[in-house]
Amino acid sequence: MSDPVFNASSIPILALGYRFQWEPMQDCNVLLYPEGMVKLNPAAGEILKRIDAHKQTVAELIAELKAAFNGAELDNDVYNFLEEAHDNGWIRAE
Amino acid sequence: MTTAGSEQNKAPGSTGGASGMSTNNNIRQPLWLLAELTYACPLQCPYCSNPMDYANFKKELTTEEWLDVFRQARAMGATQLGLSGGEPLTRPDLVELITEARKMGFYTNLITSGVGMDAAKVAEFKEAGLDHIQVSFQASSEDLNDLIAGTQAFKHKIEMAKAVKANGYPMVLCFVTHRQNIDQMEDILELAISLEADYVELATTQYYGWAMHNRDQLLPMKEQLVKAEAIAHRYQEEQQGKMKIYYVVPDYYEERPKACMNGWGNVFLTITPDGVALPCHAARELPGMDLPNIRDVSVKEIWQDSNDFNRFRGYEWMKEPCRSCDEKEKDFGGCRCQAFMLTGDPASADPVCSKSFDHHLIEDALKRGRLEAEKTVLEAKPLVFRNPKNSKKLSASE
Repeated sequence: MSDPVFNASSIPILALGYRFQWEPMQDCNVLLYPEGMVKLNPAAGEILKRIDAHKQTVAELIAELKAAFNGAELDNDVYNFLEEAHDNGWIRAE
Repeated sequence: MTTAGSEQNKAPGSTGGASGMSTNNNIRQPLWLLAELTYACPLQCPYCSNPMDYANFKKELTTEEWLDVFRQARAMGATQLGLSGGEPLTRPDLVELITEARKMGFYTNLITSGVGMDAAKVAEFKEAGLDHIQVSFQASSEDLNDLIAGTQAFKHKIEMAKAVKANGYPMVLCFVTHRQNIDQMEDILELAISLEADYVELATTQYYGWAMHNRDQLLPMKEQLVKAEAIAHRYQEEQQGKMKIYYVVPDYYEERPKACMNGWGNVFLTITPDGVALPCHAARELPGMDLPNIRDVSVKEIWQDSNDFNRFRGYEWMKEPCRSCDEKEKDFGGCRCQAFMLTGDPASADPVCSKSFDHHLIEDALKRGRLEAEKTVLEAKPLVFRNPKNSKKLSASE
């Protein structure tokens, strides 16, 4: 594992060339990129939807998710996902 | 991104997802629509995968016919649209096609030589919603690039690569490698670095169409590959996090065939300039094809019910050694077009596979390539360039 990229004040944004959208035929959210597509599971979809919708810090993103999901303890899951998504080249930190 | 770009066309290498969070289901959808908008092209690359007799197909689909195809494929689940050719920039309606495709929700990929493009056009494409432009190069030096392209294009390509980046696109460069340019690997990668490329595809020539005709002159030799591969891997490490380098081993040097098109009629749909629907861009040359045209039949009927799209689906059509092979679900027996071109039977195993009864054909081809490489310039067979004159001449003599 490399050093973590994200902390509470970093702003995750989609990497250049990546597009987030809902795909009715796949019945899931997807990331589209040059010549490829990743189907997202519901949790990944909820996080990336918010990253795509507006620029915000990780702290704000987590707060928004908590508000949407009854205050669930999801900090670690979000950080883990962000690092994984970064390793995959889907997002970068601003 | 597993196969060659631009004049060599795209296969759906990465469609389907890269991580544990992608799910696999078995519903067949044409996720990848490759629209070969035209066979017209200002370049004459001798490794082009277009059919040899392309000059005989004249009646290109209209704007409205293309948009209708896009709508039909999109409704069936297609997400990736490749705008290819020939050179797609020769279509005067390209901006309109991009605009409408993007509105439909496609991820739009323009696969181009850059010839016919200018900075204003790149900005116009951006405005229209184009997602990705891939610029192909023939070599890292002006001399060799323009020799292979059959026209002066190198300087312009450099300008266009810069314009692509300046407009906020990731810079995706594609180099199609073969015996005549693979020794430039280091220069190719240095050129990519100096252009600040984000992605570099070191695509290997695949031997269909014109490339097959010129195979003896294009097949790289083992020692060239070993050297090129070592260089590519060194740069992959050095450039980690900066520039992503995709290096593909030519299948003639592999022990197992490529999972061509991720399986026949599985995710990939090509529409030719004159409206023929194909499971892959080389399939027009197979025997026994009905070649259904979207002018006569709906995309859905073609995808689901046509003989062409069903004949090599699944595993029932396979012969030995594929039929009882425990790797058949991994590579689907390889490429049907390659099997046909080399063995005469499109249902045989791809001869690239070391288990194939015809594997010696690959070894023979490599030997022939080496013999050709060892000839002096005066003795060597000249490359046959892809242009309308050669197309007419060669298709008339067949």
